[in-house]
Amino acid sequence: MSQIVLPQSQISYLSDGVSLRSWLLTTDHKRIGILYMISITFFFFLGGSAAALIRYNLILPEGAIQSAETYNRLFTMHGIIMVWFFLVPAVPVTIGNFVVPLMLGARDLAFPKLNLFSWYLFMAGGFCALYALFSGGVDTGWTFYTPLSSNYAQGHVVAVVAGIFISGFSTIATGLNFIITIHRLRAPGLTWYRLPVFIWSLYSTSIIFVLATPVLAITLLLLVFETLFHVGVFDPRLGGDPLLFQHMFWFYSHPAVYIMILPGLGIVSEIIPVFARKELFGYKFVVWASVSIAVIAFFVWGHHMFVSGQSLFASVAFSLLSYLVAVPSAIKVFNWLGTLHKGHIRFDAPMIYALGFIGLFTMGGITGLYLAALAADIHLHDTYFVIAHFHYIMVGGMVSAYFAGLHYWWPKMTGKMYPEMIARAAALLMFLGFNLTFFPQYILGYLGMPRRYHAYPPEFQVLNVLSSAGATILAAAYLLPLFYLTFSIFRGERAPANPWGSLGLEWQTPSPPFTKNFTVTPLVTKGPYEFPEPGAIDV
Amino acid sequence: MRLTLPLAASTGAATDYLLLGLVAVSLAVLALVFGLMFFYVVRYRHNSPIDRGAMAEKSFRFEISWTIGTLVIFFGLFIWGSIIYVRLYQPPGDALKIYVVAKQWMWKVEHAGGQREINALHVPTNTSVELIMTSEDVIHDFFVPAFRVKRDVLPGQYETMWFRADRVGTYHLFCSQFCGTAHSNMIGQVVVMPPKDYADWLTTNGAGDTLADQGKGLFVRYGCAGCHLGGGTVRAPSLAGLYGSPVPLSDGSTVIADDRYIRDSIMYPKQQVVASFEPVMPSFANVIGEDDLVRLVAYIHSLAAETHG
Repeated sequence: MSQIVLPQSQISYLSDGVSLRSWLLTTDHKRIGILYMISITFFFFLGGSAAALIRYNLILPEGAIQSAETYNRLFTMHGIIMVWFFLVPAVPVTIGNFVVPLMLGARDLAFPKLNLFSWYLFMAGGFCALYALFSGGVDTGWTFYTPLSSNYAQGHVVAVVAGIFISGFSTIATGLNFIITIHRLRAPGLTWYRLPVFIWSLYSTSIIFVLATPVLAITLLLLVFETLFHVGVFDPRLGGDPLLFQHMFWFYSHPAVYIMILPGLGIVSEIIPVFARKELFGYKFVVWASVSIAVIAFFVWGHHMFVSGQSLFASVAFSLLSYLVAVPSAIKVFNWLGTLHKGHIRFDAPMIYALGFIGLFTMGGITGLYLAALAADIHLHDTYFVIAHFHYIMVGGMVSAYFAGLHYWWPKMTGKMYPEMIARAAALLMFLGFNLTFFPQYILGYLGMPRRYHAYPPEFQVLNVLSSAGATILAAAYLLPLFYLTFSIFRGERAPANPWGSLGLEWQTPSPPFTKNFTVTPLVTKGPYEFPEPGAIDV
Repeated sequence: MRLTLPLAASTGAATDYLLLGLVAVSLAVLALVFGLMFFYVVRYRHNSPIDRGAMAEKSFRFEISWTIGTLVIFFGLFIWGSIIYVRLYQPPGDALKIYVVAKQWMWKVEHAGGQREINALHVPTNTSVELIMTSEDVIHDFFVPAFRVKRDVLPGQYETMWFRADRVGTYHLFCSQFCGTAHSNMIGQVVVMPPKDYADWLTTNGAGDTLADQGKGLFVRYGCAGCHLGGGTVRAPSLAGLYGSPVPLSDGSTVIADDRYIRDSIMYPKQQVVASFEPVMPSFANVIGEDDLVRLVAYIHSLAAETHG
């Protein structure tokens, strides 16, 4: 039998070496993206299992899990894994890693070896945290408030903190890699205002990565000093200030909230024009909204501390700034609606996820206004209202956006189409399950149920059972893609180079792309969403 | 299952109106966003033959108007929330003061008459009550949903919070800042009683000395009396009439001598030295416990009443 031998430059990145070694020592951004994807999928389902146990416990007022200690360790583990080992890296290091060079018309990121090193750091940090969480766990909550975490908590605070510390360097390296790549490796003709919005949002995210993560590293280091050597920084008994920790922690963690949502906003801004067959409404406003979110995000941390004992003046100032940071998010929602107006809207799975995102993100954003209003926050702070609010943004928003992006770019990543109908069904199920899980929690919070309670007064039971019922639907909806996407790798239809009729550069190379991405460096002559008049193309 | 939360404090009414206002704004925004989304998605579905007409070209005007619209609404909400917050921050001068000391995992409440209770707080109706709170270990949070009040309780300092209950009944008290293993057991009851019943309750539970009387003994025992009781060589300011009055400090500023100031002056005397005195007082941090501090502060409080009366 004769075989057609392709030139080296035209081998798909997936068939360019099949040994484990060729994957573990790869410097190809696409393969590293896949490595990350496998890692964070593992962490997602691990953190999700903890969430399932939390919801199981809360079915009964006295707590279905016998011990409060176990429960406290579960929600701490859920928070730590989901924040640092899923949400923060989710979109940038998986989808971002895969598509950024392709979108820019580049061969790879600016520093391919640093990229691989980032993955190893991430895994080292992840395993460090996992070791701690499984060899006894931590019962501080993911926020590590002092002096509880430094001098009162039992468990492996230092090991978990070390894991987060290490993975922080992976984040910083990725941020640097993206910033430099976006500055230096754009294809000829790809001016800043011709960049896809997804690139802009990853650029904004990277700025936060680079500027905020070091503050977290310093904070955690001080925490470890206090825990191990009793250097008084945060514990008043040692002469420290307990509020200082909260200031430093939220100085990182509030911008980190935008790390967790900006890439999602980028994905949705990418998908809506494609499936509405229409140029993104107000491109420059959407772009600068991302950048201004990244900037203002650094000045709103105090809104986590309205009842903590910070000064009256600080609270009022932070309330105003928090309202300001909500404006660019609102602008984005209006622009997406403007894009839908007079479009030719298709309902493929990525679009259903994206539309679901708009709904859930708006709900999450709107309820943020309650928490930014000082007097309302006094009542709602540290209740389930807050839990519902940030899950609407982080899970309803970011996880929906992640799935939207995953389905959108899946044909490009794997060269296979996913089964469309079941994917649409999963998207709808996710929307329903999510609302059933988290909407009751808004009411619970308003009624006064505090967060992080292993047991609760019986009058809260009905809403808690509803929420837990929703969680089972949500769990099923998350498991579906795991099965059908995996299935499609082996049995899916072959994907064409450009299944959605998109205009981005990543669609101008075959699915899956060559190892070197492009045979010829593309030349860009127009913006990313200048779709021809409908009818001119038939997809 | 009830979906509304009864209000038991007149100070919480403004918060409820604010919440209602926020619900109204959210419903309007959600109706707009979901309404437009569904409308467009159906009307402009790809196989709909409807004539799209000319595209809206000038996006600039839209952008500016919805940005300004959003800003105006947000600014209004900011002002509304802040005004109530500022009011909730300032207890009236005649408020009934009750001390709260939190520890893992219980609330200790001390009334001025020396009555003590654990995981419970009795208060009279239609009386402003100010809680002066501190913690012996980690950060806790005193949360009474029916009053719409909540405040973190920190170790090493006093935080205050006030309310005016107006409905007789028993209400939840929650710790809402995660404080360790038995966090969800750090709960209790707030019992609101008519003033007469409250007076009776105080009498039945008021065995022994008042807080101030107990503080007087401690004042001697910890050696405070040696300098502060105005003997021969006066090295320290007199404490008579101090509570609630302005104190000029050596750095030129002035502070009001409230509970927090008195506590801080015992624990960290070098930080706020009274003008024209030497910073010679030793720190009592790690010497006097929170329970005793409460009694000392109550005693110094009582010295003001003596001179005024």
